[in-house]
Parts: sequence; C-alpha cells; structure tokens
Amino acid sequence: MNRREALSTVALLLGGTIVGANVFLEGCTPGDKKAAAAGGPLTFSNDDIAYLDEIAETIIPTTDTPGAKAAKVGEFMTVMVKDCYDEKDQKIFVDGMQQLNDASRKKFGKSFMDADSKQRTELLTEIDKESKDAMAKAKPEDPKPYFRLMKELTLLGYFTSEVGATKALRYVAVPGRYEGCIPYKKGDKAWAT
Amino acid sequence: MPQDSLNINGKAAQQNTYDAIVVGSGISGGWAAKELCEKGLKTLILERGRNIEHIKDYTDTTKDPWELRHHNSITEEDRKNCPIQSRIYAYDEVSKHFFVNDLENPYNQVKPFDWIRGYHVGGRSLLWGRQCYRWSDLDFEANLKDGHGVDWPIRYKDIEPWYDYVEPFVGISGSREGLPQLPDGKFLPPMEMNCLEKHVAARIKENFNDRVMIIGRSANHTQKVGDRGPCQYRNKCQQGCPFGGYFSSNSATLPAAMKTNNLTLRPFSIVMGVIYDKEKRRAKGVRIMDSETRKTEDYFARIIFLNASTLGTTSILLNSVSDAFPEGLGNSSGQVGHNLMDHHYGVGAYGSFDGFEDQYFYGRRPNGVYIPRFRNVNDKTKRSDYLRGFGYQGGAGRGRPWIADGVGASLKEQLLEPGKWNMGVGSWGEHLPYFENKVTINKEKRDKWGMPTLDIDCEFKENEKAMRKDMMISAAEMLEKAGLKDVNTYDNMPAPGFCIHEMGTARMGRNPKTSVLNGNNQMHEVKNVFITDGSCMSSSACQNPSVTYMALTARAADFAVKELKKGNL
Repeated sequence: MNRREALSTVALLLGGTIVGANVFLEGCTPGDKKAAAAGGPLTFSNDDIAYLDEIAETIIPTTDTPGAKAAKVGEFMTVMVKDCYDEKDQKIFVDGMQQLNDASRKKFGKSFMDADSKQRTELLTEIDKESKDAMAKAKPEDPKPYFRLMKELTLLGYFTSEVGATKALRYVAVPGRYEGCIPYKKGDKAWAT
Repeated sequence: MPQDSLNINGKAAQQNTYDAIVVGSGISGGWAAKELCEKGLKTLILERGRNIEHIKDYTDTTKDPWELRHHNSITEEDRKNCPIQSRIYAYDEVSKHFFVNDLENPYNQVKPFDWIRGYHVGGRSLLWGRQCYRWSDLDFEANLKDGHGVDWPIRYKDIEPWYDYVEPFVGISGSREGLPQLPDGKFLPPMEMNCLEKHVAARIKENFNDRVMIIGRSANHTQKVGDRGPCQYRNKCQQGCPFGGYFSSNSATLPAAMKTNNLTLRPFSIVMGVIYDKEKRRAKGVRIMDSETRKTEDYFARIIFLNASTLGTTSILLNSVSDAFPEGLGNSSGQVGHNLMDHHYGVGAYGSFDGFEDQYFYGRRPNGVYIPRFRNVNDKTKRSDYLRGFGYQGGAGRGRPWIADGVGASLKEQLLEPGKWNMGVGSWGEHLPYFENKVTINKEKRDKWGMPTLDIDCEFKENEKAMRKDMMISAAEMLEKAGLKDVNTYDNMPAPGFCIHEMGTARMGRNPKTSVLNGNNQMHEVKNVFITDGSCMSSSACQNPSVTYMALTARAADFAVKELKKGNL
C-alpha cells in the first residue's frame, strides 16, 4: 500500500475525520506510527489506542471473562510507553506498531484493523513465535522485540485491571487475615496480588 | 560551629529552650521522644523533612492497582530523579513519596554505596522491613573474642530488660524457640507458615541438627496493640498502613509522645551543628536551617539526643566543629565516621516443589521465614574460612505464571491458575567493623542548602566474600535436602548500603580513645549528648538491627533522665 492508499484508508476508517497531528505528518493508518523516530514528545492518538486495544484483545481475548479491550489495555499501554519506557524501548514499541501493520498487509493485503479476528490471531501467533526465537538467540543486554513489549504490557495491564484482577483472577483488597494452607482444587482461580 | 558566632537575645533563647532536643523522628528518634516526654521532659523533635501525619498522609494506599496511573509501576522520571532509591524493593508508585530525591540530596561514592533515605517525619520507620531479632552475647562478645572493632561496653543482660520493655509496645509477632543465639522476646502470636514452609521447616529439622527454620519475627501486629492494628494482610506496608498494622514512629511513638503534651515537633529543620559550650564542657543546643525559608535558628536544651540516622548523625557531628573539637563534636578519638558497616545480602537459592497441588493460601502475609545463624555459634560449628555468621530470610509461595507462549484464549487459559509451589531463601551476613570503611564531609561539594556533602568510602572485604560462598552453598543444600527441585543459586553482590542497615560510625566502647560513646550511648566527651541510632553500633551482627536501636534508645533515655535528676547533666 502506498502513501496515497494509506491516506485514503485513514479517511475511510475515521469517517473523514483525521485525528492526531502524527497522522498528518506521516499519513499513517491507525497503527502506522513514526512520531517517536522523529523526536519530540511521544503522543498517541485515539486511533492508536483503538489499534492497541485490538492487539491486546487478540493477545487476551474475551472468553467467559472479559478481554483486554474491556480492561482498556490499549490506553494503559500508551501511558506505560510514554511514562515508564526509556527512549530506546519507546522507539522499538512505536516502530513495532508500524511493523505489525506492515506484516498484516504483507500477509493478508490489509491493515491489522481490517483483518478479522481469526487472521489477527494467526498473525500474532506467528509474530509471537518470531519474537520468542529472536529472544532465544539474543544476548541478555539486547533489547526485547517489539511484540514481547506489547505482550508484557498487555498481560500486566490486563491482570492488574479491575476486570482482569476481579473477574479473570481473584482479588481481595483487604484480606483481613492470613491462612497458610487452604484447600485448592484444579480450576480455582489464582490470586491477582 | 564556633560558639562565639552566637548572638542570641535572651527572649529568643528562652522561647527556644526545651528540656531535651531529639534530632530525627525515625525509628530511634521516635523512641527517644516518647521516653523523654513520658518522663516529663519538654522535648523538641527536629525533623529535616516534611510532616507525615499517620493515616492522613498515606496517600493512595487504599487504591486498587487499576486506580493507579501506572498500576504501581515506577516511571522513567522516578528513575531519573531517584536513580538510587528507585532500585529498592520498597519503592513503588505509592510509596515513592517516602524516598528522597537523589538529585537534590547528593553524596559522593568514593566506592559504590547505596544510601537509601526518607526525609520526613517518621523517616524510614514507614519503610522498614519490620523484622525484629534480639541480639545475644554471641554478638556482644564477638569483637572481644576475635579482635575486630572494640569490645561492646554492654552485654545481653544489660539490654535484655530493655528489649522486654520496648517489644510489647512495638508489637512484634513471633514464635518462642529457646535458641541461645536468637533470644525469645515478648511476642504477639506468630503468623502461620504456609504448607510448603511447614514442610521445609520439618525437613530442615530432620536433616540438620544445628539449624531451624522459624516464622519471621515481624513488627506487624497479629493482635491489636493499643489502638493500632491488627494487620490486615494487604502487604503494602511501605505505603504507610491506614490500619496501623505495623509499628512506625508515626503510628506509635510520636502519638504517644504527643499525648503527654510535652512534645514539640519542628519539621523542615536541617540541623547544621550542635552548639558546644567550652566552659561548661557540654552541648547547649543545636543550630538549624529551616529548609523552606533558609533561615537559621538556635534551640537550646539540657540534653540532646542525636537520632538523625547513622550517616545523618555522623554528618552533624563532623559539621559541629569548635575550638574544643576541631575534628567534630566529641571526636578526639578520631573514630567518628569510621567503622561504617552494613549487612551483606542478595545471595541465596530458590527452587520449585512438586506437590501440595491441593493447597493454597489466603491473604498476603507481610512476613517470611527465618533461619537463625548456625555458623560459628560454638566450637562444633566453627569455620576456618571466615569469622562470624549469617541468617536467612525467605518464603514459599504459589505464584501464577505471568507469561506463556502464544496468544489468544489458550494463552489466557494458562495464566489464570496458580502454578507450582516454590521457595527461596536469601542471606544476611555480618560485616566486620573496618576502620578504613569511612564517611567524611566534603566541603567542596555542598548541597542546595549549602551543607557539605558526604564522601562515603566503604566496601565488603575478604571475610564477607568468603562468608558469601557459604551463604549461597548452604542455602542450596538446605533447599535440596528439603525436597525442592530445580534449585538455583544467585549472588547479586549489592554495594554496601543497599541492605539499609548502615551503622557503626560513632561507636560505643569502653575506652574514650577508641570509641565515641560509652555503654549508655552517652558521648565520652560531651556528657549531655546521646546517640542511639545505628551510628552507635560497635559491630553489626547479622540480625536486622532496628529493635536493638529501640531498646538502646529507651535504655539511654532512662539513664539520661536519671542523670539529669541527679544533677550530673
């Protein structure tokens, strides 16, 4: 997809409304993100958050309990990348948003947002395996692959979210007592904290 | 500071005059204030940081993780402003306001040294690990027996009644074990071990006739202590406890001191030095700078307790120069600033366990298990490769796998249930007092208040390094004998300071030529100045030191007031 096509996709997806200066600058579809590479303060648009929500939801989908999107993991990821990542990891993450979308286009001829959930799962399963293989070969000081960062933030964000902690897992804010040995049967949920 | 620089008018002096001044409001300063106030002395407590009011100022600790912007993670800005503090386990999104900004509070690492500080009312008593272990004569006699450092001027019998005195007020949960090297105290009911800990404790007992594993002795209250607690098992102690579930100056000693109506608390007070009266050969007060207004002010009292923390007190002594004491207050011995110790830790082993799949636990216990010292405790356990010894702290749990391969429903499924049980133990070792491990003041590099910074020159040496090998190997050996699988060892070798047990720079001793304080924590050379924070320690032992500071403080306060009443001060 060339730049013109990309721009038209933006218009299509956003109903004609362009959100976020980075879209102007780079002509990005949601997920195509090069702002960090260009320097300046890192910003994420609502479309970025929507895109990250879908990545997170593919990693931790809604099952009999809510998934990562319900836990607003996309937004959590942007906060963490902005505030808790160093510049190097910020760049890996933001470039990764682009790479993931490129990979989707290459594989399915459409952006990640346009892919259906089966395709998304297939793609991310592949990318997960690639990042695992890359980490197996990497030296300890090497940066983590972008998808590992996304996956870690998704798991952290989800399991410390209200739905993740209280619905997918068990959470008691004020236990009030300690019991060292209580019965457990397979299927009982783990404590969130 | 030169006394002749003083220019006080009578009225100001009168207004600023108290019976006693306590410098510092942390774990020992809080005790000094409580004891002195309860004995009827009008007491001024000076604290360099801001006020922290119990419960009210424990901001955000009742929030759930998702209510915190970063779900309790720390940020790049935190790491930038607090490159040293932010590496400590207790530093989190909520507790971080209890740690100093490293950029604003510089010091100079001649050798790597992590100085962990909390500048506010309560100091590190809000952040401490809460483990409380008595010392025994094994510790008080150690220097005399092997010749390192100077002989402690006290023995267990001198401090025993004071452990008895402070412990019920502190509120320490623990089990009575009858161990000579780790005397029992006045305990609240112990916390429970979980099933793997019980199993490992039993296997250690079976396999080793020289050691035991017990539940940690912790200043978390398993029952109400006055109006405090009990512990609610949230395990967020470092954020301040809205239930008063653990002991801190803020929850316990300062309110007790306040209740007497004898306490005046002055936050934002950086003590620049102790004012010495050469004629009367005593301290007459302290000079402070208000950290907000930068104005200096003098306060006067008949007795002064320095409880500014080991390095804080040392800094005050070294800055208190006068004609009589050109090298710092009460420092004719030249020992002030020397013999700096910490504990060396960050070494141990961990493994997983096959079994107890049908067992779990309820609540987040803010405490672990303890394996008291078993090396060099008698002739049978004597080592040829190092002196003194170490203890272990650790715990077992059943964690949840936090990541697995793949994405989607199958990944989610794998992360919802607890995994295998596992257990780890880490070791805390004694650090010998070496004269050359020292702290000095650097007048060239000053902080934002114009005060000299500290040059810290401290290291672990051969004895500690030899001990660490045993600390690691013995940990793995015990876990393996206890039936754990995939046992791994680690040795992070943190720099001194990182254990936050720094001590020893104004040591007690029998001889004024080789020590700074006598057996009552009284300065040999300045009889109305008492020092009962970590700087008083003649050796480090391997136990967590706070309860010993507390006992020494109560004992010294009792002595000081008796002396005052006798007219000796």
